[in-house]
This record gives sequence, structure tokens and C-alpha cells, in this order.
Amino acid sequence: MSASVGLGDTAALALGAGILGTGGGGNTYIGRLKLDRQLRLSGAPCPVMNVEQLDDDTLVVGVGMTGAPTVGIEKIEAGDEVARAVQALAAHLGRDFDALVINEIGGSNALEPLMSALQLGLPVLDGDGMGRAFPELQMDTFSIGGIPASPLALGDCHGNIAIFERLSSPLQAEEWARNLTIEMGGSAALVMSLMSGAEVKANLVRGTLSLALDLGRALMQAREDKVASPAQVIADLGNGRVLFEGKIVDVERRTVQGFARGRMSLQAFDNPDDRMEIVFQNENLVAWRDGDVECCVPDLITIVTLEDGTPLGTEMLRYGLRVAVIGMPAVRELKTPAALEVVGPAAFGYEDVRYTPLPGDLLPAAP
Amino acid sequence: MRIGIDVGGTNTDAVLMDGHNVLGSVKTPTTANVTDGITDALGTLLRDSELKVDSVDGVMIGTTHFTNAVVERRHLTRTACIRLGLPATACLPPMVDWPKDLSEAVGGVMFMAHGGHEFDGREISPFDPGEVRDIAVQIRDEGIDVVAISSVFSPVNASFEEDTAAIVRDVIPDATITLSSSIGRIGLLERENAAIMNGCLRQLAHQTINGFRSALQEMKITAPFYISQNDGTLMAADFAAAYPVLTFASGPTNSMRGAAFLSGLRDAIVVDVGGTTTDIGVLRQGFPRVAALAVEIGGVRTNFRMPDTISIGLGGGSLIQGEPLQVGPRSVGYELTSRAQVFGGEELTATDVVVAAGHEDIGDASRVSGLDSGLVAKVEDRIEDMVNIAVDRMKTSAAEVPVIVVGGGSILVRRKVVGASEMVRPDHFPVANAIGAAIAQVGGECDQIFSLAEMTRDDALARARAEATSRATAAGADPESVEIVEVEEVPLAYLPGNATRIMVKAVGDLQEGE
Repeated sequence: MSASVGLGDTAALALGAGILGTGGGGNTYIGRLKLDRQLRLSGAPCPVMNVEQLDDDTLVVGVGMTGAPTVGIEKIEAGDEVARAVQALAAHLGRDFDALVINEIGGSNALEPLMSALQLGLPVLDGDGMGRAFPELQMDTFSIGGIPASPLALGDCHGNIAIFERLSSPLQAEEWARNLTIEMGGSAALVMSLMSGAEVKANLVRGTLSLALDLGRALMQAREDKVASPAQVIADLGNGRVLFEGKIVDVERRTVQGFARGRMSLQAFDNPDDRMEIVFQNENLVAWRDGDVECCVPDLITIVTLEDGTPLGTEMLRYGLRVAVIGMPAVRELKTPAALEVVGPAAFGYEDVRYTPLPGDLLPAAP
Repeated sequence: MRIGIDVGGTNTDAVLMDGHNVLGSVKTPTTANVTDGITDALGTLLRDSELKVDSVDGVMIGTTHFTNAVVERRHLTRTACIRLGLPATACLPPMVDWPKDLSEAVGGVMFMAHGGHEFDGREISPFDPGEVRDIAVQIRDEGIDVVAISSVFSPVNASFEEDTAAIVRDVIPDATITLSSSIGRIGLLERENAAIMNGCLRQLAHQTINGFRSALQEMKITAPFYISQNDGTLMAADFAAAYPVLTFASGPTNSMRGAAFLSGLRDAIVVDVGGTTTDIGVLRQGFPRVAALAVEIGGVRTNFRMPDTISIGLGGGSLIQGEPLQVGPRSVGYELTSRAQVFGGEELTATDVVVAAGHEDIGDASRVSGLDSGLVAKVEDRIEDMVNIAVDRMKTSAAEVPVIVVGGGSILVRRKVVGASEMVRPDHFPVANAIGAAIAQVGGECDQIFSLAEMTRDDALARARAEATSRATAAGADPESVEIVEVEEVPLAYLPGNATRIMVKAVGDLQEGE
């Protein structure tokens, strides 16, 4: 990819991040406005670095926002929460960082690290810890690869910053960070997964920032060319396929332990008996067609509008929408036995669903 | 009896209704000052029906006037915005994503101050009266007296917006103030955008509503009058003068509600053919299906609930070109009766083709009798294709559904649409819009986040229902008739304590005999 992201790239990045958000990951509209504004203020594009360029003894850290996306569309950030938390952690460690890592390429957290990187004068790496979006802190390749959750910093709009010096487990991190996030107003800057250059090389899912940009650009081009199925264009680029086309005939939502869980039913246009059921917990988790599992986590299930391929967040789903369901294989890092314990269907409570991967991988193997 | 009026960009339509009966209807050209067009329409309507004006119980007016003002960037008043929320929200100031020409037309000055609330009602920062007073003084010194006020999570707690309004009023006694909490739902930028647009339309609204009022007075109609809003419900005229932004998209809603009423169908596709465009929407249980995605008005993002419609460039005034064949999107619009060939003009329009084909007897048919019959057939085929494709795009299943055709230009749609179980062109089809206005009810909405750790779900729902009901009553609904028509719950991801966003809409019949 080009070694930077500028004003001309943010529309594509927001769209691509929405596709990789698989229904969750937060509103990319606000994320894009924030990044655009920072790009104008900085007067220069955000530098992007290939992880192989990092020396093994450098220091990097993962960044993003955590909390409820619905809070994010109302209580917009001050804008420097992440940067200040990174600076506080650097001061605590007595050492500066060499680059920022995108924790989650799905949704608004793909855009936030670029804004912070511009503020801090650091590059971001082309890659992330998921190749998609997930709802919990421990669900990334860094945590799965054994990178400790601590030290972890959380920050709010007032400049309050908490550094967790030691957390006994990723689940402990998830619990404490979540409770403090509520105290901070339901949305907070999250800085975690401190890694050396060598560690990030061992655990980063490479090339996902480029993939988000490519997906967004391809979709924009497809719209311009008025292609019949924008969903097919997305599926082709993500090595997946269009699983279903139809309309949403039912959406049911409930809160379970603070998460928006729910289930939707879709009906094919040409055959009312041909149905797809999809369950979600912020992100889409499992899709059944006529009773059989068609696709499940960690593979990606993305729902887009039929007409123009706009990715739909699970909060936007409603009766009558005409949509295409796209299935894309997960990145290979999420398909190891260790990873599947954390991000497979059983980790979301679907013990009876056996993970049968879609063929291929989201991204080709590195040369 | 009720009178429904639709003031469109091209025509002003009026209907007289007694209960469910349409007693009379009239279509007249819209005039530049709006008032004359209404006076003309009412004069004709009352004369034709020999009605005594004192038997009119209410007048309902639908208008696209305010939407058009934003789209055309005309008649907008300079507006200031004060947002409360610092230090949060600092990175995206008000109007951050407005088209440049529109923000220049609004000529606004933007301020951010401390304040705002968290989702659970805690304060983000304390309200600082001195800070707000300084801002109010700056606004006054700029010579601006229209102010929009927004505050983070004001749908949960509006007190900071109200406190700010009191200070602004103290500094600028004649200030025209819009609170974001009174017009929008969760989504700070979208709600604030609506408040600013509302502010810059207030002066036009004041003039326009006064114009409506004087037209009615001229006709000696003393009954109360109402303006229709985007969800198909009514607001009292004085309320509309304060909240013109709520009229956005009322046009398509009215025509679809009118089509449902006239046809007696509750589930159908509505094709509304006007002079320049055709709007296609879906009726579900008698109400328009609502768009899921954010809707832009004049390039500004809002979160109003708008009917999910698509618009194609086909209408009675659409210009026809032979080689290569082209129908619309250019149109003679309101000049149809002077520029179309059947009316002695030079332009070949879709209406001329329908007359040449012998389907309709409009104007002077002899003026198009020499039209090439091959071209006529090709144009008719093209119109059929355009409608078929658009209807198919809006369909939600392969099953056949009834298609209702309304609007002044609906003479263009003569053939059965593919996938239609039946084609219905109801009586009074040209004035479905005005009928939709006449039959409208009044409503109220509640959109708040509740913490279900502190109360039961039933309590939260009851509170939301009570709030929506009281808003409907405040808007003029007969308390006896108010019903809850929509309840939507969205549990908020990532937050324990079961924070849930609850949206409730209540609708009731208009209280009569005030």
C-alpha cells in the first residue's frame, strides 16, 4: 500500500472498516469526521509502516476506543483521549513508543488510531489484532499470542487516566476496564497490548489496513459503475461469497450481561420458505440457512444493503430491509486451536455449533 | 368538516372532507407568495361546494416550502449555535459536516461551552452561567438573534439547554431560540443539525404561517389550522412556526397516507407521479415504511424518520427527446400549461405523448396528432420500464402486491406494473397529497436511555409511553384517542446495568372544537 493515509482515503477506509466490522465496531461516520479534521489540522497524511520495517527492540502499543457505540454518537470525544493515555503510559514506563497498533480494524476503531498517530507524530502499522471486530478485550491475536493485558491505560475526555499496572488475566482486564469505562461515561480511550518489535511481528495480522482501504475503494468504484451486485464485489475481494439475498422479516433484541444480543430472520426474495437466521452479540456470530450452519465466528458475516452495499450495523437492522449477507473467511491467525477457544462459536455460548471454516483465508499468506 | 391543502412547488391542491367523504377538490398553480395560491384554491373549493365557512372544523396544510428553502439555500436567517458538552465533543464543532454553500448561507457562528450529561444523567461538566453569558454577548454583538442550543444527551436531560436559553433571552430579549432536545433524538450532530436548520428557517416559517393565516382570514375561515410533519401527523400552526424543520418530507408521507385512505389498502406500493418526479414508497399497515439509514436534507445529515422512498425523474412535464430516446429527468415543471405542445407550447412532454396516444383528452389534441406513432410507442415502453424497475427496487418480496397510482401525472402510468397483484387508481387520485394532510392525526415521541438496573423494564416502558402520550396531547391530540403506535427498544452494547434506549411514538385524533 501507499505509505500513508490522507484526506482522499478516509471515505474508503470508513467504508472498508464498516464491512470488516461485521455489524459491530462502532459508527465509522463520526470516526471519519474526526480523522478528516485531524488530517486538515496536521496538514499531512498519516504515515503507515510495514511491520517488517520495525527493529525487534522497538516498542509499540495497541490503541482504540472502548465502550458503547451508541454513547459514541452522542458524547463525541474531546479528540485527544487516546493520545493523552498513550503519553501517560509512556511516561509511566519511562520510554517512548515507536509506532501505534490498530487493535481492531472493524468499525470506528480502524480510524481512531490514525487520528492519535497524527497527534503523537507516530506511524501506525499496516495490520491489526483481529482482521475484523470483536466485542471483548481478550479476543485478539495479541492476547491469544500471550501478550499480557497489562499495563493497560484508560482515559476519558477530562484527561483522567488510569493505568492498570498488573492484571492477572485478560478476563480480569475485560471486567475492570468495562467497569471503569462505565464510570468514564460509557466510552473511553483504551491503550493495551504493549509489545516489542519482535512480539508484534509474531502476533500482528498483517495487511488489514490495506485490505480495509481496498474493500472501500472497490465498493465505491462498484457504485460508480452501477454494478448489479456490490455485495459480490466485496465478497470477491474478501475471498468469500454472498451467502444470501433477501429481506429482514424479524429482528429480536435483548441485553445479556451488558451486550446487545439478538437474532434476525431473513427471507429469500424468490422463495419465502428459504430462510436465513443470524444471531449477533454486537457483531454477527452465526448464520444458519434452513437449519444448517452456513457461516460462524471467527469467519466474517457482514450484512450490506442490496442496492449499494452499505454495511449495516446490528443497531440499524429492521424489518423490511433488503440486504445481502456476505460470508468471508477469517484471517488464518484466528483459526488455530488456541484462537478458536477464544473466538470460536463456543466462546460466545454456541457450544453446539461446530466451526466449519469457509474455504481460504481473508488475506493471502505473506510471501 | 375538514379542508386539506397541499402547497407543492408546482401546484396548490385543496380538498374538502366530511368524515370519510371527499366532497370536493381543486388544483391551482402555486404562487410566489404562497398566500394567493391558497386563497385561489379555497375560493374555488368553497364556491364549488357551496359550503358555509363556519362548518369547517379544521384546516390541515402540508408544504414543501421549508425543505425547498434549505435545498435552494434561500430565505435562510443567520443563526448561532451554542453546544454544551466540553471538554467532550471538542474535536467536532457544530456544522462540521455541512456543505460549504449552505453553512455560508446560514452565516452562523459556533460556540462550545462546558456542560452536557452522561448517558446515565450525570453531568459531564458543571454548567457555567458566566461562560454562557459571555457567549450570548458575543452573539448579540454579531447582530444575530437566532440561536440553536444543543447539549450532550439532552434527550435524557434537557436542563442545561433550558438554562442556556434563559441566559440568552436575558442578553438578547428578542432572541428566537431552538433547543435540540425539543426536536431530535439521540445522535448529537444530527440533532444539532436539525436545531440549526430549524433556527435558520424560523423567520421564513413565521412569514409563511402568517401567510397561511391571512389566506384563511381572507376566506373568513376561523377554524384552527394545522401543518403536517414528516411522520404523517399534524402540529398546531403556532407550533409549526416554531418548528418548521419538522415539515421535512411531509409531502411523500401525505401522498402515501392519502393513497392508503382513498384505496382502502393498508399494504401496497404507492407510485406518486408529479410534474417532474415520481416518488415510490411502500405502505405497511397504512403507514409509510421508514428509511433505516440517516437521511440528508440539502446535504446535511439528520436523523428524522423519513419515509423510505425512491424518486425517479419522470413526471407529466418530463421532456422527451427522440434520438437517442430520452424521457426526463428534465421537465417543464409548473410551466406545463404553457410550454407543452397540447397547451400551445413548443416542448414535447410526456403529457403530449399520452394525449397523442389517445389515452387522455388534455388541452388541444390536434396539436400532437401528427406525432410519429413509432416514437409514441417507444416512449410508452420506456415509461413502463422506468416504473417497473423502480417498483421492483422497493418491493420486499417476490409476492405480488397492489400498486396504487396517485398524483397529477399518474395518467402516464397506464399499463400493469410487473409484479402488481392489481393496479389501483382511486377516485381523487390527483389530490392524494391534500387528502393525506386532511386525514392526519397528531403524535408525540419519546426517545430516552433508561437504566434497567434502577427500574424494571415495565416501569421504563410505562414512563416512555407516558412521555410520548403527554407530548401527543401537548401537540393537540384528544387524550381519549391517544394510542401507542410504535415501541422500539435497543439495548446499549457494552454497558452493564441494562442501559436501554427506548423509543415510543403515540398518535391520536385531533381534539376538535377548541
